[in-house]
Amino acid sequence: MVDRLLPLIVVVPLLGAAVLVGAGRRMPRLAAETVACACAAASAALACAALAGPATAVSWVGDWRPRDGVSVGIVLVGDRLGLGLAALASVLIVAVLTYSWRYFEEPPRGHAGAFPALVLLFQAGMCGFALTGDLFDAFVFFELMGVVGYALTGYHVEEARPVQGALAFGFVNSLGGYATLMGIALLYARTGELGMAQIGRRLDAAPGHDALVAAAFVLVVTGLLVKAAAVPFHFWLPDAHAVAPTPVCLVLSGVMVETGVYGVARVHATVFGGPGGIPADGTRRVLVVLGVVSALTGAVMCWQQRHIKRLLAFSTVGHTGLFLVGVGLLTPEGLSGTCLYVLGHAGAKAALFACTGILLARLGSVDERELHGRGRDIRGIGLLFALGGLALAGLPPFGTGLGKAVVEEQAAWLPALFGLVSALTGGAALRVAARVFLGAGERGHDERETAGGGEKEPETAGGEEEPETVGGEGEPETAGGEEEPETAGGEEEPETGHRIRLPPPPMVSVAVALLAGALAVGTVPALAEATAAASFAFLDHAGYAAAVLDGRATGGQPGHGGEWWTWSGAVLGLLSAALAVVLAAAAVVGLVPSRGWSAPLRRLHSGHIGDYVAWTMAGIGLLSLLTLW
Amino acid sequence: MTVLPYLVAGWIFLAGVHGLATSRHLVHAVGCLAVTQSATYVLLLAVGYRRGGTAPVFSDTPPGTPVVDPVVQALALTDVVVGATVTALLLALVVQTRKRHGTVDPDELSGLKG
Repeated sequence: MVDRLLPLIVVVPLLGAAVLVGAGRRMPRLAAETVACACAAASAALACAALAGPATAVSWVGDWRPRDGVSVGIVLVGDRLGLGLAALASVLIVAVLTYSWRYFEEPPRGHAGAFPALVLLFQAGMCGFALTGDLFDAFVFFELMGVVGYALTGYHVEEARPVQGALAFGFVNSLGGYATLMGIALLYARTGELGMAQIGRRLDAAPGHDALVAAAFVLVVTGLLVKAAAVPFHFWLPDAHAVAPTPVCLVLSGVMVETGVYGVARVHATVFGGPGGIPADGTRRVLVVLGVVSALTGAVMCWQQRHIKRLLAFSTVGHTGLFLVGVGLLTPEGLSGTCLYVLGHAGAKAALFACTGILLARLGSVDERELHGRGRDIRGIGLLFALGGLALAGLPPFGTGLGKAVVEEQAAWLPALFGLVSALTGGAALRVAARVFLGAGERGHDERETAGGGEKEPETAGGEEEPETVGGEGEPETAGGEEEPETAGGEEEPETGHRIRLPPPPMVSVAVALLAGALAVGTVPALAEATAAASFAFLDHAGYAAAVLDGRATGGQPGHGGEWWTWSGAVLGLLSAALAVVLAAAAVVGLVPSRGWSAPLRRLHSGHIGDYVAWTMAGIGLLSLLTLW
Repeated sequence: MTVLPYLVAGWIFLAGVHGLATSRHLVHAVGCLAVTQSATYVLLLAVGYRRGGTAPVFSDTPPGTPVVDPVVQALALTDVVVGATVTALLLALVVQTRKRHGTVDPDELSGLKG
């Protein structure tokens, strides 16, 4: 029964998108958005219903079932983790659609269905990627997700920056996708199979070290790591997140990036995890090294930003690095901790983006310095923002804190890394909250403030007049005169058509609900137990193949109680949250030198597509070295 | 089967990447991305090649005739569709870049850095 439902999780959003594209021109906006919400919610409900089912759901499309473990069909596999990711993506899509209900107040010219249709396609791509058991299908869904992502990032095509961010996103991600396809072709050449379970079995039939399999691993993982924004594949992410419409950022940061981490874990567990694949040491080295570098780079860069959306984007890079470390430990506990961390992070990060969107809609800027003290009259939003920052820092009992605590127990050096990265990213968010909503600290001198952006200036409907489009928008705010690359947030256009006075209830309630979700992850023991069992099953290389090809159910691992809060974990979470508060306070009163010392690192983020491509190739070289060491 | 097609595929991939990294014109860069992708076509078709095999169309061939692998051809077709989508979307973005930034030289796009 559940097996039959599985394709619907992907098909319903696709159908909804087709209806909206076809009939969107003649639909009033309300109808279009209702259809989109209904489709997204239906898909979310289906994913949750399948999650409640007893075992791994396997659906052979067109009923081309395997005979004696051999099949020519295409398979969808709904194991716990895949379904969980699909459910998370669908729920976030519902949140995005609700959020944008009032967000894009000005409907897209002549086509009310365009934005909801794109969002539904995005959902279909993510759900398909999470559920597919076929490597080539995974590539197709990967590209679908990517292409829709570029379109959504560049949704405001009338503005200068979004098109640039979307281009960087498009070039780097497509290049990664083609590397993945090369790897898939190599695997097909070796095994004659495209299904993950089948490839895994064929590889295991001839165990031993194999340069071709290693090359395939490097290539396949490259594309997934580009999606996961691991350093040095991460350059597209801050550019895309800084310019994408805020509702899109919710889902890009909350779940799409994590989808890349999921893909790496899935490919490792099903294809390369057996005796004929890549030795566990090699995989562990790749993921842990890249994860640590990403985490530190993301945290340092996050601390340096003044463009709030870009700041949050870099914090995503940092946290994704932590996820990679957690997955890269290759233990069920590490994986289940990472899952909880991802769930909590999705709630907290999406809530932070939602609050940033309210700032942009109300004050017409996302620049930390320009907004100094201007959020005083919406302290409620400030409270939400600060709570989101504390959640990022790993404060118990948020889900981020629980996931962090569970992963940290896996090795002695992990608490230092996780604590530092959580404190820096959370501290940066808290610093923004203190400056913007409390008006704390020095205002910071900035020529921009004299140049314009005065509060009373009535900004007319977005899109038409844009002072910053003419000529390469030189950054006027290199404070102190030294050449320091920086992206300011003052030039962002409010996306609501006109500035809003009071935060509309849908936007606020979405932010509250997302934070509540992050809190629930850390306070509902059943979730942690389910995640632990799911992670145990996920890493079972032979069990996956047996469930898919032989139809042997592998659900319900007995006697595997989930990890739960321990005293040490809670104390470490409190410590990192306290460190975040201290860092934020020190930054606000000017004790922390926030500029200058990281200029070399910042200069690497040049905004140049050629540089990003070169870094991607360097990353492939690094991956090969780490794999073959 | 010789190793030549695989070397050619690798060469095309690297040539496309080199073009992308050094491009001074965004339309040229989109073209380079398409070149990179055509490496995947070559690789896929090379994987499925069988010496002496004919096209996998079974209507007029006697049973037992060796044919090349039809699966990779289906994959290459799907790949072409994906590539067309990506190219079209990126070209549309390049047009918008020209309109909004007044340039198509990646060196002059400096809105996002740091």
